[in-house]
Amino acid sequence: MILHSRTLTHLDALEAEGIHILREVAGQCRNPVLLFSGGKDSVCLLALAEKAFRPGAFPFPLLHIDTGHNFPEVIAFRDRRARELGERLIVRTVEDSIRRGTVVLRTPLQSRNPFQSVTLLEAIQEFGFDACIGGARRDEEKARAKERIFSFRDEFGQWDPRHQRPELWDLYNARCFPQENLRVFPISNWTELDVWQYIQREALDLPGIYYVHTRSVVRRGAALVPVTEFTPARDGERVERLRVRFRTVGDIPCTAPVESAAAGIEDIIRETATAELTERGATRLDDQVSEAAMEQRKKEGYF
Amino acid sequence: MAPSLIQNPDAGLLRFITCGSVDDGKSTLIGRLLLDSKAILADALDTLERTSLKRGARGMDLSLLTDGLQAEREQGITIDVAYRYFATGRRKFILGDAPGHEQYTRNMVTAASTADLAIILVDARKGVLTQTRRHTAIAHLLGIRHLVMAINKMDLVDWSEDVFAAHRRDGLAFAGELGIPHLHFIPISALEGDGVVERGGRMPWYQGPTLMELLETVPLAEADLERPFRFPVQWVCRPRPGAPRAFRDFRGYGGRVASGAIQVGDRIAVLPGQLQSRVRGIRLGEDRLEAAQAGQSVTLELEDELDVARGDLLADPRRPPALSRDLEATLCWFAETPARAGARFLLHLGTREVRALLQELRSRLEITTLKPQAADQLAMNDLAEVRFRLQAPAAADPYADNRATGAFIVIDETTNATVAGGLIRSL
Repeated sequence: MILHSRTLTHLDALEAEGIHILREVAGQCRNPVLLFSGGKDSVCLLALAEKAFRPGAFPFPLLHIDTGHNFPEVIAFRDRRARELGERLIVRTVEDSIRRGTVVLRTPLQSRNPFQSVTLLEAIQEFGFDACIGGARRDEEKARAKERIFSFRDEFGQWDPRHQRPELWDLYNARCFPQENLRVFPISNWTELDVWQYIQREALDLPGIYYVHTRSVVRRGAALVPVTEFTPARDGERVERLRVRFRTVGDIPCTAPVESAAAGIEDIIRETATAELTERGATRLDDQVSEAAMEQRKKEGYF
Repeated sequence: MAPSLIQNPDAGLLRFITCGSVDDGKSTLIGRLLLDSKAILADALDTLERTSLKRGARGMDLSLLTDGLQAEREQGITIDVAYRYFATGRRKFILGDAPGHEQYTRNMVTAASTADLAIILVDARKGVLTQTRRHTAIAHLLGIRHLVMAINKMDLVDWSEDVFAAHRRDGLAFAGELGIPHLHFIPISALEGDGVVERGGRMPWYQGPTLMELLETVPLAEADLERPFRFPVQWVCRPRPGAPRAFRDFRGYGGRVASGAIQVGDRIAVLPGQLQSRVRGIRLGEDRLEAAQAGQSVTLELEDELDVARGDLLADPRRPPALSRDLEATLCWFAETPARAGARFLLHLGTREVRALLQELRSRLEITTLKPQAADQLAMNDLAEVRFRLQAPAAADPYADNRATGAFIVIDETTNATVAGGLIRSL
């Protein structure tokens, strides 16, 4: 019987796919975990998890790998969301890995983003996780465009792009041997614009720094760099007070804001739709080091 | 601001693939679609400087927009399916780009399994080649509803109507041999842009839609709605401690409607147990819905307390699926180790996992004609007709009737690798 027959909107279709993927993880994996940073992509993951599992509890805890260089309002948001949901939040810090000697910094203020891989692998080991659910999207970067939704990692946490499991229909193979694990990306097929449209449609709460605010920044190359204790202005740089917002939030030394006149989420959607620069090109400083940076990091165990 | 893209319900999400090799101009076509759809978006939003994008790719290597992994750049080949995303004011698109070199069948089958439409590229100077037949055969086998033969490089044959008509005749002839009921033909020049997004003025003899017009308007899921209701159970939902009082005795079944539609009060059968009940409630999270249709992920509550678990299939009892331990199927073999009769595997059929014996290897399919040939083993990228004996009965439909409940994957439990994809012919 066909009632209310209609074409699903693209957001309906993406949402349904995301819920289906989360339930496959829950159904097939022994001990999964959801990576929650407080960023907009992982906020969408939590919204999907509520639709997939409420009125039940989430069949996985939340995990944040904290570089210690995060924006305080994002950390406060992270903790508040976990509390509101009544779900367990595990935090592991790059600082701990530095103390253990498994991460060695060349300079104290360098980006700690690449070292999240080390701390993540240590957390996987500690808790015996067999699947990490992450908010990565294929439109973010070329290497991600070819990654599976259920992405297999060997016992060293490495991704081998040449030996990925074929992924057909919506049938996923989540089987792993001990010490191996999966990274699962339920919003693989979303674009940055989809994420913003979904946040608007579902009225999802976000950390305030995603919206326009006045901030002290310096111009460095093509990017704006926020002036913080971790990223001080260099000699000769002029500190400006600009109206900015963040398109991604992460480790402060590698996250750049963009100038924006967006008054609210509708303006952000409009700016996103017209943005000529891809998200990472505009706002992630570390990926610009080399074109293959992301692929290299993924091979090393990064999300 | 044009409201179409941003606020209104849109024309949905179309998944499509492009088939062909670099020589056919595939990368150029993809670059053209990505570039010109940005221009469409700019039109819709009326904010971007249009002229910089529109028709601006002359002299620029469009194929650079689609380059991929480091390993590939080093070797100058594309080794895996890549996914691209773009939107126009009317629709969102997911483009699966299957490379045309090694492991071709495996990659194309993978990309085709989720596609609603396939663009098969033909070089206007060369016409329908063996490769064209192979692409079309696989797309048809995988049940892609809309097949489009794009006759590319029309600029190199002086925009000739006769050349287009000749290729169209050839294409129709072999489509008939394969049993393909309908095939679209569109003349284009990916390099110049004619026929892709812009009509251009050089082929006045062609009155049909441009490629983009077709992508924006082909119907999406209507066929899935007419099929009988199928709902593989993924997850049993019980209330969390501290859930609202109304949910204290909640028992729901999470899954995605694979085909058909369901509303509160409908009768359903639970397979393979062959129990029956009625739908008491439909939910998305804790919100109530009155009905759900193919493609939606929901949670169903039943009138009766039944023993329903992950792996069960809820279905329309008036049009039930087949229930059997014997499975006739077409297999696409992906693994480097060959397959032989007598081997044991694990099958994922929907959410059901069942052990299976590869009982018989009936024939290998010649990939351009899908005609059977004798074979005693399967090599990587082979298509074959096989028979499985299952450890326990499974509920399923023939793939031709129902793509969602007629497909399975084959897992080798000694390596955990996905070694094949399967299409059920009968059971």
